[in-house]
Amino acid sequence: MTYEFLQNYWWVLIALLGGLLVALMFVQGANLHLGNRVLSDTQKRMILNSTGRKWELTFTTLVTFGGAFFASFPLFYSTSFGGAYWVWILLLITFVFQAVAYEFQNKKGNLLGVKGFRIALMVNGILAPFLVGTAVGTFFTGSDFTVDKVAITDPSAPVISTWGNAWHGLEALGQYPALLLGATLVFLTGILGDLYILNNVEDDGIQAQMRRSVKLSIGPFLLFFLSWTAILLTQKGFAVSPDGVVSMEPYKYLHNLLAMPAVLCMLLVGVVLVLYSLYLGAFSQSRKGIWFAMPGTVLVVMSVFFLAGFNGTAYYPSNTDLQSSLYLANSCSSYFTLKVMFCVSLLIPFVVAYIAYAWHQMDKKKITAEEITTEENKY
Amino acid sequence: MDVVIWSRIQFAMTAAYHWLFVPLTLGLAVVMAVMETLYVVKKDEFWKKAAQFWIKLFAINFAVGIATGIILEFEFGTNWSNYSWFVGDMFGAPLAIEGILAFFMEATFFAVMFFGWNKVSPKFHLASTWLTGIGATISAYWILVANGWMQNPVGTTFNPETVRSEMASAAAFWEVITNPVAVSKFCHSVTSGWVTGGIFVVGVSAWYLLKNRHVEFARKSMLVGAIVGLVGSGAVMLSGDSSGVHAAEFQPMKLAAAEGLRDGGNGAAFTIVPGIQVPHMLSLLATHDWNGYVPGINDILNGYTDNDGNVIPSVEDKMIMGRTALDALAVYRKTDDPVLKAEAKALLEANVQYMGYGHLSRPEDVVPPVGVVFWAFRFMIGLGMLIALVLLLSLIAIWKDKLGAWKWLLWASILCIPLVYICGQSGWVVAEVGRQPWTIQGLLPVNVAISSLSAGAVKTTFFIFLAVFALFLAIEIRIMIRAIGKGPEVEPSENI
Repeated sequence: MTYEFLQNYWWVLIALLGGLLVALMFVQGANLHLGNRVLSDTQKRMILNSTGRKWELTFTTLVTFGGAFFASFPLFYSTSFGGAYWVWILLLITFVFQAVAYEFQNKKGNLLGVKGFRIALMVNGILAPFLVGTAVGTFFTGSDFTVDKVAITDPSAPVISTWGNAWHGLEALGQYPALLLGATLVFLTGILGDLYILNNVEDDGIQAQMRRSVKLSIGPFLLFFLSWTAILLTQKGFAVSPDGVVSMEPYKYLHNLLAMPAVLCMLLVGVVLVLYSLYLGAFSQSRKGIWFAMPGTVLVVMSVFFLAGFNGTAYYPSNTDLQSSLYLANSCSSYFTLKVMFCVSLLIPFVVAYIAYAWHQMDKKKITAEEITTEENKY
Repeated sequence: MDVVIWSRIQFAMTAAYHWLFVPLTLGLAVVMAVMETLYVVKKDEFWKKAAQFWIKLFAINFAVGIATGIILEFEFGTNWSNYSWFVGDMFGAPLAIEGILAFFMEATFFAVMFFGWNKVSPKFHLASTWLTGIGATISAYWILVANGWMQNPVGTTFNPETVRSEMASAAAFWEVITNPVAVSKFCHSVTSGWVTGGIFVVGVSAWYLLKNRHVEFARKSMLVGAIVGLVGSGAVMLSGDSSGVHAAEFQPMKLAAAEGLRDGGNGAAFTIVPGIQVPHMLSLLATHDWNGYVPGINDILNGYTDNDGNVIPSVEDKMIMGRTALDALAVYRKTDDPVLKAEAKALLEANVQYMGYGHLSRPEDVVPPVGVVFWAFRFMIGLGMLIALVLLLSLIAIWKDKLGAWKWLLWASILCIPLVYICGQSGWVVAEVGRQPWTIQGLLPVNVAISSLSAGAVKTTFFIFLAVFALFLAIEIRIMIRAIGKGPEVEPSENI
């Protein structure tokens, strides 16, 4: 195994974890219905208990995504987390509230009341995909930072990665392509949530609402996604030469797509799967849309990561100092660490297998109103 | 206060808060798994109801543990940017392994354990309960491998090309995952969790007995809790002994601070409290030798010769060598002249061992806050022994059927619930405050490990987290007290 192979391998895993994270954010999307006025309280609790059996996997995927990024590309971790401080802190706070909201919201003495925790879940439902989307959006727009490794020898200013402005990441809200990707993710995860609930909960009223919600989301989702894609494929990109010099290249991401036919295929297959799931959810009687939407989402997100990092591209570019931009080779862990982690990653199929088994056991019986009213162990 | 102080306060608060929830998770996991095993083996519904009650309390506690764990992971990057680059290569692998091996296990099987009573078979459910606890314990191992490495950075090579610590071989990786500090920290922390879980169960049961409610349930729970807690106490003492030996070997300043030992020597005495000493005891505990040499704070500052005959330079000399290493690194990174580069590299390699000292501004910087570490150490040991005694007496009371007569013991058990938290927190204060000023012992002091943020930004997030933590703690305690007040759904009350 060469060093380059391991770098690429870990970028594939990061992309996969990113894809899984977005796909599993059906939890966030579905929770938006906790504010749906058409649904009764029992119906809302059915939704809550349906996502309540899955939220920890989304959460754990987020933690593992962060851990894997830290392990394989630590310079990204130190530069982006320490630099785009407010974006990550905001994301963190919404997830922290989400983590306790399930357990606490229907318990007496919870101080914030049911409503307070439902609002927390809905805020997480919007902000989490929006912030993740915006953060990934900056992979293509660039950020305001410099990296200088000699700085560590200077006692007065020893920090290697420094951010160029006091907004510390919030300035991304002024970059409309990044915002478009954020908005795309909000609607995509909303659709995933609808399709998941449609499949997982046995209730006619809820199902009608989910189908209606998918129909309403199709327009804005496609508008944001296609606008972002159009900008991406026509914009200048951050190219890295074989000797590590970063420069701007017109149509860089279009070039990447054409230079990597496999990624083009992944993207197209992913888009088709998502579109088919939209059809199933909005215009048919099928409840199986989620089974197409999730793999489709994973494929699309992975291809976006591949466009950002492969084919000589800086995946976390700096607008302030082009040569500070991060690409796979200058931001990764050492050969040996990547190799150890490669061996560990061979356990992933085993982990996926037991998760699938446990899910299968738990989901054999769909959630019903009867279960919500009689079962003692519930949220 | 500057950004270094605020970053430290924020991280310390998050870590301490996280540790309020983790030990109970680790301890209750054992208690409830044992009870459910009894249910499956004996097919006695009583044990199912008992396990369900403790699982309910486990779930209330588990949520906040998860919520605060992710904050720590994020804060490594957000507040300790230089650190996360410097150690990413060493620290990343354990974290990634933790994520893949442990977190998914915990998350998946927790859901089965909590919701699956009527959905999966009793054996699959039992396996899920054990796997939830095992997942939490594996998780503790990997995070303590990382923490152990920060206390005793083994298996690492500084790479001037990348300006970070790197793991260069299979032998190095093996050294990292079998680091003696990590192993004893793991044993010490996990078994202290068993003590927490054990005394929690004993204390809650004692309350039911005092109220004359759920008596049978309380007696049997108390028995399980006392056994788990006592096993934990024994293991905590053994692993605590090896932690002391490791501190003497790898972090002598921490030991000196914990003992308030200004001037060391052979046959050093152990201070129980100021003014009361046991001759030779410190030497015996720290070196397992009656007359072993234990350096004091002044010896470490001025240089000394250790028990193996190695001459340890003074801090001032280490600072000079460290500064030389840093200057050589700067030259190495900046020059294109191959001769100069080779010279700089040689100079760097000769002094790299003390590179961290080059960041210090005066020798006294290596002395941690002695009073805090000294008293935290005494709280930890004193309270730990008191709790072990209460657990032992509880077991005797159950054995001799004295629970009805020894009401004072029931009250003492309840009192031990807050005390066990003070005990656990004190332990971490010794471990973490005791290694100041180092983020990574000898390699990276806290003032260099930070992110480039304003003090105001970190201060703001500190107060946000403080408010969130206070809110969650208030809710958690209220819900927990209500759940305990409601009690288990077992047999009606009977008299003792």
